[in-house]
Amino acid sequence: MGLENKILVKLKSAGFRLNDKWLVQGVSLQVEKGKIVTLIGPNGSGKSTTAKIALGIYKKIDGEVEKYTNKIGYVPQKISIDWTLPLRVKDFMSLTENLEDKTINEALSLTGVIHLKDKNLGDLSGGEFQRVLLSRAISKKPELLVLDEPVQGVDFTGEIALYELIKKISEDLNCGILLISHDLHTVMSATDHVVCLNGHVCCSGSPIDVAKNREYKALFGEQASQTLSIYEHKHDHIHTSEGKIKKN
Amino acid sequence: MLDDFFIRALFAGIGVALVTGPLGCFVVWRRLSYFGDTLAHSALLGVTLAYSLEFNIALSVFIISALIALILINLQKRTNLPGDALLGLLAHSSLAVGLVVIGFLSFIRFDVMGLLFGDILAVNVNDIIIIWIGGAIILLVLKFIWKSLFASTVNYELAEAEGLDPDKAKAIFTILMAAIIAISIKMVGLLLITGMLIIPAAMARNISNSPQQMVLFSVIGGLLSVIIGLFTSLEFNTASGPSIIAASLFLFILSLLKIKQSIKLKN
Repeated sequence: MGLENKILVKLKSAGFRLNDKWLVQGVSLQVEKGKIVTLIGPNGSGKSTTAKIALGIYKKIDGEVEKYTNKIGYVPQKISIDWTLPLRVKDFMSLTENLEDKTINEALSLTGVIHLKDKNLGDLSGGEFQRVLLSRAISKKPELLVLDEPVQGVDFTGEIALYELIKKISEDLNCGILLISHDLHTVMSATDHVVCLNGHVCCSGSPIDVAKNREYKALFGEQASQTLSIYEHKHDHIHTSEGKIKKN
Repeated sequence: MLDDFFIRALFAGIGVALVTGPLGCFVVWRRLSYFGDTLAHSALLGVTLAYSLEFNIALSVFIISALIALILINLQKRTNLPGDALLGLLAHSSLAVGLVVIGFLSFIRFDVMGLLFGDILAVNVNDIIIIWIGGAIILLVLKFIWKSLFASTVNYELAEAEGLDPDKAKAIFTILMAAIIAISIKMVGLLLITGMLIIPAAMARNISNSPQQMVLFSVIGGLLSVIIGLFTSLEFNTASGPSIIAASLFLFILSLLKIKQSIKLKN
């Protein structure tokens, strides 16, 4: 495979306008195989919009999007599911692609929610549902994963574990990941490339470069660039999702 | 022995129920009850046009209903009126225009009651052929768009992002709705078709915990409603449409008892 094939999605000064108001404009970025690109920025800076442009959900856009894969897993930021539907976790898993039972079990185990397989989606807590969403996105072994705040509502230890899982998935599946997150310190350590948004691209580069950037400091404050001490924190045990303790 | 007309009605009814079962689930899931109603009301116009132009009724109803669906989609884009107002506007104006046209067709004897509430006696072999062939096509197309339609019913953006085509599925589904109304109008009547779509599906929702199960129970509920309804209609000489819908209501009430029971078990 040539060099070109490594690129999964490429935005060329892309922008999206809703009722004459630019949600985001002039965004150029690319996600490559095996790489994690993180979008950061304050609320309303156009992170989710950028993700939706990359996914092709928004069609009337400025600029260009080039997609080189159709195997995509998506965890949206907001998802409202209509409870007029009787839907169990396992039905939800094969929503966009039929999967074997074994594949479903593996994916649910990875995010620690295998015990919820036969439960109705409406009965899950916010954090449990988030784990199911992530599990569904990775179960189809996508080439490109787009994760919009994938760990919102997940407890703190779970959050770190899930970020480690995301890092591991990108290595195991050799897929590209477009990640959106607020938690600067946990995210930045696992990222190859950071794009800092505020309606447009403020700055981008490696995590260290971005953290040193003046515009980044202006956006997030001096404090933020210091929190970039890479998260190194080890437990001698982990907590499984049922609340049991497992020794490493 | 059962009369021929009754056997014909049974065949027609079973054919209709097999199709309304799965379609009805989507009507409930996607909250399209009033949309179905609007299409059904516009069917009267289709019937009157069929009579005045000596055209096939089912085909004419299908064309008019599909046209109304297109007008609705167009109006939604062009105006700021809420969806339910547009639905009401189209439903009642097409019904009114249909009735006015009937007034002009005084040279034809019109069974308006049969049109509104269904009439077993009116079902002939031709109708049965249209129902079964049309029904088979509807189910085949539904199977084909199922993945996209279902995924986008759960979440539009997920379906769109992961390579399915929700917009196409929605457009095709609208056409299927017009088609089911066209083939079932003689059986249930235009005022009650939506009932045939919604009530068995609602009954099924009460007793199922997965989408596939709900579709299955919805089909079974529809079949039972048709059989019970038609026998009652024969026995008491009541109109076929209302009898079928009343039977499905009866099944719905039974399904409520099941809910009550399972709530008791939980406590």
